[in-house]
Amino acid sequence: MWLIAGTVPENGFPFYTGGIWEDSKVEGDMLVLPNGKKLPVARGATALAATAIMASQALGKPVPRLLLVGDCGTGKGSDEAYTWLSENLPSIAEKAGLEGLTFHYFYPDLDGHNRVFMALEDLKPKPMLVADAGFMYVAKMSGYATSYDLFAPDIGELAFLADERAPHPFYTRGFLLAEEEDVPELLKRARSHDNCPFNMIVKGKTDYILCNGELYAKVSEPSVEAMECIGGTGDIVTGFATAFLAAGYPICKSALQAARAARYLALFCNPNPETQAAELIDNIGKMLRQNMELIQKE
Amino acid sequence: MAGASWLRKLANGAASLVGLKSIDSSGTNPVSDRGILVFANTSEVIAAERALQEAGFEVKVKGPPPDLQTGCDMVVVFPVLKQAAVEKVLKEARLEPEKIITEADALLDPVSLYQVKDLGRWLMIRAANMKITIDKETGIIVNISGGGCPDVPWLAQQMVGKKFCEAPRPISIGHTLCCYSLQKAYDELKRIRPCG
Repeated sequence: MWLIAGTVPENGFPFYTGGIWEDSKVEGDMLVLPNGKKLPVARGATALAATAIMASQALGKPVPRLLLVGDCGTGKGSDEAYTWLSENLPSIAEKAGLEGLTFHYFYPDLDGHNRVFMALEDLKPKPMLVADAGFMYVAKMSGYATSYDLFAPDIGELAFLADERAPHPFYTRGFLLAEEEDVPELLKRARSHDNCPFNMIVKGKTDYILCNGELYAKVSEPSVEAMECIGGTGDIVTGFATAFLAAGYPICKSALQAARAARYLALFCNPNPETQAAELIDNIGKMLRQNMELIQKE
Repeated sequence: MAGASWLRKLANGAASLVGLKSIDSSGTNPVSDRGILVFANTSEVIAAERALQEAGFEVKVKGPPPDLQTGCDMVVVFPVLKQAAVEKVLKEARLEPEKIITEADALLDPVSLYQVKDLGRWLMIRAANMKITIDKETGIIVNISGGGCPDVPWLAQQMVGKKFCEAPRPISIGHTLCCYSLQKAYDELKRIRPCG
């Protein structure tokens, strides 16, 4: 089983673990949890989860399971999730098997992260670990970034990973000056400080795939400029990576395919800056059936 | 850092001995006359900044020194000589800092540059990791992207689809540094396209 853990923007959202034990599904622009609770697929963890579910279904594989908690930024929901995960990961692994986890929008709390990380370290076999968004920020801060299998930063976030002093992208030195041509140097610097894992998808005008610590591939086509404006497009890339990893593809191939899949989805949907992520995600099944050969090519 | 602080004090002492302006008062190094307010969470930081600014204090939100970092956090830097008055304002605003300390380490500067991208009918402003896009004709916020803190989806939910002059200010509804970045982009948007 692959588990996606993240937050949804609803403070009153009750703590619900049913999504770990049963499948969720996507209906139009809504993510539907096993208890019938519907969540809008806009951006963030719901966009990642909906992408992973739609892609897994198109691949004919089991869909990832979900642990979603309500948090509008106060950190309360995230704190509850950190505590619950640190206490319950062993029993989840024992009951359902735990091949991998994708951690997404969490309030970056160092203590919470470290408690979850220690629980993960005790699991045998150790599941594959993917981190993005707030959880990636705190994974870097913790000093345990190299213990993760995949991060999915954009170029600005790569500059944050490369800055050994920055606690958050907001304080990254030279953030806005980070450009495509800086990526190899930023990768080198992030690696030299052990602030990133050996595998990454660096999302940008060109996507850079880091594999086993080396630059593995660059993906720049197809290119749709409007995607930069659309909230949730980065979540879609991480959702694809999750689906490919959960389907058993090797990590470098999963990362490469995820970068390509998001680009073919953009081409398929022809979005403008007003397009919402849910409109893109709704087309994943059709897009994958039409483009899987191109996405998978060596 | 301790060495740098000692050198600075020595330089200031030497400067005052020969009647020159001290390094600290020259504005090139504002650390020695500043204090730091540490709060339990970012919402309180933002509220304290607002309350102190409204009361006329020169305050800034900064990244904390490394030994104070806990996560997605910020501190308020204030003129330490005005500590009592600052505390009075905070008390009236029912804000209680967890710690008040003098600054002994270099602070990190937040991102202060903006990127503006004209996309024909649409305009995108980026500050740090946050981007806001509006329809230039209607002024409606059509998308908010970037950022990894949990209030980003919340902020987008509350702001997208509304005219930017009528939408809630990000810091009035958000809590984190991503929210703070979005506020900076929003302020820049209002600066280049003033409302009403």
